[in-house]
Amino acid sequence: MTPPPAQPAPASPAAAPATVPRLATEGLTAWYGTSTGVRDVTLACRENTVTALIGPSGCGKSTLLRSLNRMHELVPGTRIGGRVLLDGYDIYEPGVNPVQVRRRIGMVFQRPTPFPTMSIAENVAAGLAVGQRVSRGERAEIIEHALRRAALWDEVKDRLGDSPLDLSGGQQQRLCVARTVAPEPEVILLDEPTASLDPAGTAHIEELVQELKREFTVVIVTHNMQQAARVSDVTAFFYLGELIEVGPTTRMFTAPTKPQTEAYITGRFG
Amino acid sequence: MHGRLARRLVGSTMTGLTYGAAALAILPLAVILAMLLVKGTGSIDWNFFTKAAVPFGEKGGGFSHAIVGTLIVVGLACAVGVPIGVATGIFLAEFGGGRLGFTVRFVADVLNGVPSIVIGIFAWTWLVKPMGHFSALAGGCALGMILVPILARTTEEMVRLVPNSLREAALALGYPRWRTSLVVVVRTAAAGIVTGCLVAVARVAGETAPLLFTALGNQYFSTRLAGPMAALPLQIYVYALGPYDEWHRQAWAGALVLIVLVLALSLFARAVIRAKRQHA
Repeated sequence: MTPPPAQPAPASPAAAPATVPRLATEGLTAWYGTSTGVRDVTLACRENTVTALIGPSGCGKSTLLRSLNRMHELVPGTRIGGRVLLDGYDIYEPGVNPVQVRRRIGMVFQRPTPFPTMSIAENVAAGLAVGQRVSRGERAEIIEHALRRAALWDEVKDRLGDSPLDLSGGQQQRLCVARTVAPEPEVILLDEPTASLDPAGTAHIEELVQELKREFTVVIVTHNMQQAARVSDVTAFFYLGELIEVGPTTRMFTAPTKPQTEAYITGRFG
Repeated sequence: MHGRLARRLVGSTMTGLTYGAAALAILPLAVILAMLLVKGTGSIDWNFFTKAAVPFGEKGGGFSHAIVGTLIVVGLACAVGVPIGVATGIFLAEFGGGRLGFTVRFVADVLNGVPSIVIGIFAWTWLVKPMGHFSALAGGCALGMILVPILARTTEEMVRLVPNSLREAALALGYPRWRTSLVVVVRTAAAGIVTGCLVAVARVAGETAPLLFTALGNQYFSTRLAGPMAALPLQIYVYALGPYDEWHRQAWAGALVLIVLVLALSLFARAVIRAKRQHA
């Protein structure tokens, strides 16, 4: 994809061995025209962990998430500064094809968005159409495996040819997760995935996130602090476009070091 | 109470007026249909659909040449107008944000307002005159030119209705822009695009003026694309103005067949929408 990295990314503060984190940012700034969405963010996400991005509305967490898979630049007038490193390679280096980047970093959105003209099975396989060729048999296996990983297989295995619009909101969101994992990306980004779901659906997705981290690296944006406390290993707190504090989730929620973090966590604002 | 009664009266009067306006709007269509059914049904027989025109005033002739002619000319119009119009509509919706999109949209809107006889004269100048003779091809092209701006705008509207979240979902999967537009967006908007096509085709099927200088019309049964061709509206026009009662009878029948064709296409288009809405 690109030339080898100049040096490995810095080690995380948790004093683990100095391996290259799966996904990292260095001085990342994202502009909308002349105003910045996020400024100078340096963050590392280790493999097989769940990183939660929390903060009040407008703090830039969704902007940061969309910068990680080069979706931010799809809006006209936007610009990116700094680096985003996937396995040490800068995805914003000139010459890198953003389409290829998005095949390695998947995204699930706030509202479930199944493709309405495709069946459930075709939806799950939608990501395969742009990857490497697979045989019919492999395709069926991949669909089943993805649906199992999304905890949806038992509910839809007898109606794979049906329209996804017959499913409930929570099931549709799990379908979107299955669609995202089917092409085996390396990182999965979740942008407030349970915002439009009821508590049962939310619980399903949260269980799913715990399962997904065994195979993928997950970054989740959530405005629900309790959710962040439940599902993530590392939490990053943002405020007004800046990364205020990042650390292991248990420490962030019990003994935050910055006053703004503590104010947000205890509900004094946001 | 005085106030309440007055309010109720005003409310009822206004509601009644809107119902009345709706009835007035439907009235012309109802009257036209009734009139055509009364005057035309008697002349519809087997000969009407199987025989072409016979010598002046004789009985036993039909409109087969005109019916087949309309089908051919409208078919040609679709072959020319549908691909160009729909593709332009997709371009406008997906990539039409800048100056080029603004210009294309403006030109399409202007063309939509150009009288169809002017389109006919334009086609005569650029197709009939160089070719040296009238032809079904020229007629098809003239009707196609009418189709293109209509389809461009209706297709654009339908494609715009596809929510942006679907485009984002496809792009996030690693679909390149062209594939997102074609496979995800157009597929989702397909039913609406087809409906737009059906309604536009129903409209051009009844256009007479553009065919006056291009297809010209033909007394004989012909399927030769490079020669003059009969069409329902043209034949109705000629027969209605003629002196023979037999011709008048057949003109009524032709008008009935034409309006049944237009109605059938429009009803089919609505059925397509309803089927799609139920599925969604």
